[in-house]
Amino acid sequence: MRSIINILDLTKEEIDQLIQVAEDIIAHPQNYLEKCKHKKLATLFYEPSTRTRLSFEAAMYELGGHVIGFSEANSSSAAKGESVADTAKTISCYADIIAMRHPKEGAPMVAAANATIPVINGGDGGHNHPTQTLADLLTIHREKGTFEGLTVGLCGDLKFGRTVHSLITAMARYDNVRFVLISPEELKVPSYVKMPLKQKGISYIQTTDIESVIADLDILYMTRVQKERFFNEDDYIRLKDSYILTPQKLAKAKDTLSIMHPLPRVNEIALAIDDDPRAAYFKQVLNGKYMRMALIMMLLEVK
Amino acid sequence: MNIDSINNGIVIDHIKAGQGMKIYNFLNLGNLKCSVALISHANSHLMGKKDIIKIDSDLEVDLNALGYIDPEITINIIKDGVRVSKYHPEPPEKLTNIVFCKNPRCITSTEQELPHVFELVDRVKDEYRCIYCESKPKEID
Repeated sequence: MRSIINILDLTKEEIDQLIQVAEDIIAHPQNYLEKCKHKKLATLFYEPSTRTRLSFEAAMYELGGHVIGFSEANSSSAAKGESVADTAKTISCYADIIAMRHPKEGAPMVAAANATIPVINGGDGGHNHPTQTLADLLTIHREKGTFEGLTVGLCGDLKFGRTVHSLITAMARYDNVRFVLISPEELKVPSYVKMPLKQKGISYIQTTDIESVIADLDILYMTRVQKERFFNEDDYIRLKDSYILTPQKLAKAKDTLSIMHPLPRVNEIALAIDDDPRAAYFKQVLNGKYMRMALIMMLLEVK
Repeated sequence: MNIDSINNGIVIDHIKAGQGMKIYNFLNLGNLKCSVALISHANSHLMGKKDIIKIDSDLEVDLNALGYIDPEITINIIKDGVRVSKYHPEPPEKLTNIVFCKNPRCITSTEQELPHVFELVDRVKDEYRCIYCESKPKEID
C-alpha cells in the first residue's frame, strides 16, 4: 500500500508507465470500463475545487468504480474539530482509496501516515499538487514528444503556486531542461524549490519581464495570483494583475510554443488566446482525468 | 571564580559566549533536581570568551540535538571524576519537538497534537526543513 503526496514519490520510470497507461486509456477507453468495479474512491476536499475533485470523480466513474466524500470542510467532521489523522482512519473503513485536498500544508502526509488505504494528495495549501503535475507532464509529452531539452517558462504567482513547485520538481529530473521563472519580486519561487536546481546545476533565470524572454520558451506555464493564499487583501489587489498574457505579448513567441495553465484562470490569459493553436490549457484538463485514472489503477494495483 | 569539578556528570564546553542560557533553556536544565552551573564569559585560549555548563549528575540528557544549535561545542562525560568521553555533537538527521514550525499554512499550526518534525536536508549548510510543509524552523530564543 502506498500513497502519493509529492511528485517525487513517483520515479521517472513510474511516470513513464503512467503516461503509457493514460495513452492506452485515450486509445482504448472501452478496455477500462470495469477496471475498478466495486472499488470506492473517497474524495475528502476541505477546500473548494472544481477541476481536481470532479476529475478524480470522473476518473473513478470511468473505471467503473464508486465515489463517496465531501466537498467542503463544513460538511465533514472537521467542522466539529476532528483531526486529519482520525478522519483518515475512519475513511479507511469505508473506501479503497482517498483523494484529499486541504488548505494546510502537510495534511495529506498526515492522512497517509494514519490511513490503511492509499492517499493521493489533491493539493495541500501552497505546497504540492502532484496529480496536476501528472496532467501537466502528459500534456507536455503529448505536445512535445519529450521532456528533455525544453525551455520551460513559469509565470505569475510562483511563490504560492503549488502546481509550479511540483512541476519544477518533476521537470528538474529530465536532462537539459532550462527554467525561466517570471514573477513579481514578492511572488518569486521559494528557496526550497530552487535549492535542488542549484544542487544539480540546473539552468534557471529569474525575471520580472515576460516579453524579454517569451521568444526563448517551448512551454509557457501561466498561473493565477490566488486570493486564498494571501493574508493581506491589499497585497493581493496590488499583485493580481501583474501578468496578463495577450496576443500582443505572444507576437515574439515561437510557433511551437505550448501555453499551459492549471486553471481556473481569472484574467491572466486573454480569451482571444483560447483559439490560438498554441493554447493547451483545456487539453490539460482532459489529460488530468486520464492520468488520475492511471494513478488510481496503479495504487489499487489493478492490472 | 571557582566552580567545583564534578565527579559524575556532563560538562558542556566551548559554548559561544552569551549562548549558555539558550542551551540551558533548550535542555530544560532548570527542571533538574541536581546542581547545574552556568558559567558565562569564561576565559578561553581557543575562543577568547566562552560559556560552560556543568551538570552534576549522570542522568540521561539528550544532547544530540545540541548539534543543531552549535556543532562546535564540546560535550564531556565525567565518570568517577575522570573524563570518559569527549565529542562534538553531530547535527542530527531529525529534530522532533525541539524546534517548531512557524508557517501559518502548515498542518501543525492547527493540529496541536502533531509532533513538529524537521529533517536535515543540507548537511553542508546544516539546513533543516519541516517534514510537512518544508519550511525552515523557527529560531530558538
